[in-house]
Amino acid sequence: MAPTQSTIQIVPTGPGRHPKRVKSELMRQRLRAAGWFLVPMLVALAIVAGWPLLRTIYFSFTNASLTNLYGAEWAGFKNYLNWTVLKSGRVIWSGLLADPVWWNAVWNTIRFAVLSVTLETILGTVVALVLNAEFKGRGLVRAAILIPWAIPTVVSARMWSWMLNDQFGIINDLFMMLGLIDHKIAWTASGDTAMIAVLIVDVWKTTPFMALLILAGLQMIPRDIYEAAAIDGVHPIKTFWRVTLPLVRPALMVAVIFRLLDAMRIFDLIYVLTPNSSQTKTISVLARENLIDFDKFAYGSAQSTMLFLIIALMTILYIWLGKVRFDGGDR
Amino acid sequence: MHHSALRAGLFAGAVFCASATMAAELAIVSGDSGNGLAFLQSQLKEFEAKTGNTVKIVPMPPSTSDQFGQYRLWLAAGNADIDVYMTDVIWAPQLSDQFLDLTDAAKDVVKDHFPSIIESQTANGKLVAIPAFTDAPALFYRKDLLEKYGKPVPKTWDEMAATAKEIQDKEREAGAKDVWGLVFQGNAYEGLTCNALEWVKSFGGGQIVEANGDISINNEKAAKALDTVKGWVGTISPPGVLAYQEEEARGVWQTGNAVFMRNWPYAYALGNGDDSAVKGKFGVSTLPAATADDKPAATLGGWNYAVSKYSKNPEEAIKLALFLGSTEVQKNRAINQTNLPTIVSLYDDADVAKAAPIIPQWKDVFMNAVPRPSAPTKVKYNEVSSQFWSAVHDTLSGNGTAAENLEVLEAKLTELKGSGW
Repeated sequence: MAPTQSTIQIVPTGPGRHPKRVKSELMRQRLRAAGWFLVPMLVALAIVAGWPLLRTIYFSFTNASLTNLYGAEWAGFKNYLNWTVLKSGRVIWSGLLADPVWWNAVWNTIRFAVLSVTLETILGTVVALVLNAEFKGRGLVRAAILIPWAIPTVVSARMWSWMLNDQFGIINDLFMMLGLIDHKIAWTASGDTAMIAVLIVDVWKTTPFMALLILAGLQMIPRDIYEAAAIDGVHPIKTFWRVTLPLVRPALMVAVIFRLLDAMRIFDLIYVLTPNSSQTKTISVLARENLIDFDKFAYGSAQSTMLFLIIALMTILYIWLGKVRFDGGDR
Repeated sequence: MHHSALRAGLFAGAVFCASATMAAELAIVSGDSGNGLAFLQSQLKEFEAKTGNTVKIVPMPPSTSDQFGQYRLWLAAGNADIDVYMTDVIWAPQLSDQFLDLTDAAKDVVKDHFPSIIESQTANGKLVAIPAFTDAPALFYRKDLLEKYGKPVPKTWDEMAATAKEIQDKEREAGAKDVWGLVFQGNAYEGLTCNALEWVKSFGGGQIVEANGDISINNEKAAKALDTVKGWVGTISPPGVLAYQEEEARGVWQTGNAVFMRNWPYAYALGNGDDSAVKGKFGVSTLPAATADDKPAATLGGWNYAVSKYSKNPEEAIKLALFLGSTEVQKNRAINQTNLPTIVSLYDDADVAKAAPIIPQWKDVFMNAVPRPSAPTKVKYNEVSSQFWSAVHDTLSGNGTAAENLEVLEAKLTELKGSGW
């Protein structure tokens, strides 16, 4: 690793002193300094992320409600899974894991995450390849493409909900004029198209983010590899599959996992854009509903905790199976 | 406030302090839609002039469900930033612990209001909020179009649907391609509960949960009501109606693209505004019923002012709530906003009758008003309502039949009820 090498270069091995001890002394000093520099961030993280997370997990094992947060009593795993045996011997399951509404939300969330991230990765790669080419005004285009990403999601969701409005929306108007559709479509209202509408807006919004991360990866690839390939007469498409893709893979994998984590928590877009129907309700939307609207704070906390576990599990699996390394190396 | 503080300061420092604390800075939340915000500001100016307090308006989204979520969060956190809350008629039993008891402060004025409304705002013997206005929806119809095609104002839902279809088809043939027969509120939210309760009740299908707590929704009449409405979506109502709230419906109506609209009285004044395409071309009537013998139903709405128990200036905040519910403000409200007063005498007031001729007519509509089951279901009302509107939304969007969805709904409500609401 880099620090070890530089230490060896800097530290003179004076007479009578063991080089290894000196090195570790300096190492320790550096580690200590690094530790101190990390403290403010760790404290901040503990306050804004660690403590709320632990509180949420704690509440999920109680019977807390918003009107009675501090008088909550321990309820064990009841919010997750519970059963009652009736006199007839029939067993009735209750709790999160037996709730079809929950599983519907899980399915909606996973469907949304997989579809949106796949589309964004493909489109983001295409955009990145275009931006990686040399052309006039490249800097301007690179900046301009970030605009959708810079608009707050709630604002863009509102904007799109007007554009997708069935009666006076510009999208229906445009499609009607072009003759693509023969009647106005209620994009966000009908169950068939609501998820498509959400996907369109999400892809529009986050493709620039993917493109930028992938572009950073593309720029790390040395030019001479392409020159060598060109001299050997390799077809450009083959160059893409054999040279570009393997070399950009580490950056791509990191970009995908960032997006995946984000997509699993999707809330604002769905909440603003679509009616509160079972067709598009995701885990976050459902958790908010229970936490606040229904005053089932403990149950909502259990859903939030489960979402946290699902995301954690997905991330671990992804890193393990994809052999992702976050320091830019590969395998 | 500045003036009084300055004057007091001239006399003595001690008086200055006392005066500064007396003239309070209050904050009020408002989810008013349309030009309601401007009206509220004009009334607050009067209050400020009268009392020397200053009042800040914190605007909120118009959706009642969104407002409720935010308020509950603030109240649970003991937020002292908001003194006076504008509350929906259904919230009193759910938020009663977080608001001050107004019984004493309002003891001289409660007798002026409709007793049923005061009752709806009383939970566990505590007057949670002071009524500001009541609401009962109406059928808005295009007078000009009904006259053009020689149709009467419909008395039954079938008649309404037939008239809507005929006028819609003929208007479209005549070139007005965007015309629809009926718009209502079909988004999956509290407003759909109001709409659907009217359909079910006017078909004789009960009111979801009866006053004694019995779950009555799974019956043939209720299923027939929902099947009837399902037949409207895509034929006389735009398919997008399933994402409409009040303002979207009003958007279609006020651009002249609907023959009928189900909406609250606030849309009356706005529809007669200068920027409206239907100015002077429409009338209002009671909502239709299933047959000529059935009674029409109108869901009881309405808004009230409650005082947060975390307010730092409870005395002044109570004054503000009482002022906003006073006869004077309710009269201005009726004249400017066509909001229905909760004070009985205003229905016979000559000024109100002149400025808003629909209000005296409304006394009858209001007498037929049906409450949402917020009283019997208590703190579980929101979940009951959500289950109900989900079942209705599913039915209307073709996700299961009415009979199937109502059967499932009954099972879910029974489970939710447990041993009692």
